Amino acid sequence: MEVPILKQGDYLIASIQSALTDADLTQLRVSLGERVGRFRSKGVIVDVTALDVMDSFAVRTLRDLAHTTWLRGAETVIVGIQPDVAFAMVQLGLTLKGVATALDLEEGLEFLDRQLKGRSGRRG
Amino acid sequence: MTPKQRNTPEPPELVVNSDETSALLRELVAHLRQNRTQLREDWARRITRAALLTAMTEEEIFAEATSVYDNYVEALATGTFEALQAYARNLSERIIPRGVETHEVVGIVLLLRDVLARSLFAKYHEDFTKLNRILDAYEPAANRIANTVAVGFVQERERVIRQQQEAIRELSTPVLQVRERLLILPIIGVIDPQRARQLTEQLLRAIRANRAKVVVIDITGVAAMDSNVANNLVQTVEAARLLGATVIVTGLSPEIAQTLVTIGVDLSEMATVGDLQGGIEEAERLLGYKVGPLSEVTPQS
Repeated sequence: MEVPILKQGDYLIASIQSALTDADLTQLRVSLGERVGRFRSKGVIVDVTALDVMDSFAVRTLRDLAHTTWLRGAETVIVGIQPDVAFAMVQLGLTLKGVATALDLEEGLEFLDRQLKGRSGRRG
Repeated sequence: MTPKQRNTPEPPELVVNSDETSALLRELVAHLRQNRTQLREDWARRITRAALLTAMTEEEIFAEATSVYDNYVEALATGTFEALQAYARNLSERIIPRGVETHEVVGIVLLLRDVLARSLFAKYHEDFTKLNRILDAYEPAANRIANTVAVGFVQERERVIRQQQEAIRELSTPVLQVRERLLILPIIGVIDPQRARQLTEQLLRAIRANRAKVVVIDITGVAAMDSNVANNLVQTVEAARLLGATVIVTGLSPEIAQTLVTIGVDLSEMATVGDLQGGIEEAERLLGYKVGPLSEVTPQS
């Protein structure tokens, strides 16, 4: 199942609705990388609330995704990791190092707003 | 059963003629009921002499001895153990809080068995065959009774232990909200892997439920830490971060700090502040609070 990507102002929101195959994840990474450029987005939110399992491939793909979009000029934040998933992840040593995380979509938006304000402040 | 088998003085296999056994048990029960006072007193005296049940007074021992005796005879008479089992459980419930030990309970039941067996010897010592048959009927039942009481006691004890463990576990990991979106988790005592796991799960759930942004973990009450515990702590911090919460660890004692450096745990990802107060202040700063005396905090106009 392809993940719907919604454009919301300066941000792209990818909301994962069900368990994904490896191919779906790779596809998500490719489309986000492409759309960040097309819409000149400044932030990306990947909502994983619906996932109750995350394997190492998923975690690595999400991390790569975050780094890819960052290179394309957008900050990525992963939101909605379930407590049980988080616990399993740290047990397996999958910690999404260097990738921003937030509790839910609302927090993620707030985080991006703050980041962007900081950035424009520095640049302006 | 063939006459030949019946006459052998050897203890027969447990396949006994049930009619005969019940007749013998009836006779036995009648004997025990008749000599109730005498045997009961004997038993209570032997308990005191063996220094069992020292946590109880002599009157209490006698009262309990009476009910145990009656239940014992009842179990022999009816061949059903439910009543005895219930009584054993009830008795255990009452005496466990007073510090009665397993060996004492097993000891008193074995003493009763001994007292009764002796009285049977005294009664039937002239008729050896009869004595033998009475014992054949008595022994399996008595063993089963001893077993029932001991198992009942141990089970009750285990239940109490489980209950207490549960209570301690619940008590030991409170997650408290001190401000909107700020949680504190004071850890006191030993952290074993099981507790660390439970602690993390509870914290993660609380972060989600309270929409916490900052968590202060205070380990002032943790006396010692090894690499396992330290790694558990790092995992907790990481897991909380995955939920979007920042963790501040406070109250690392000099010894623990030194241990962590010596064993080389990577704590670079962890924010640490000296004490709980400092931790909460840092957390407030992260959350954008400004706390101070009223004269210093000027309302923004």
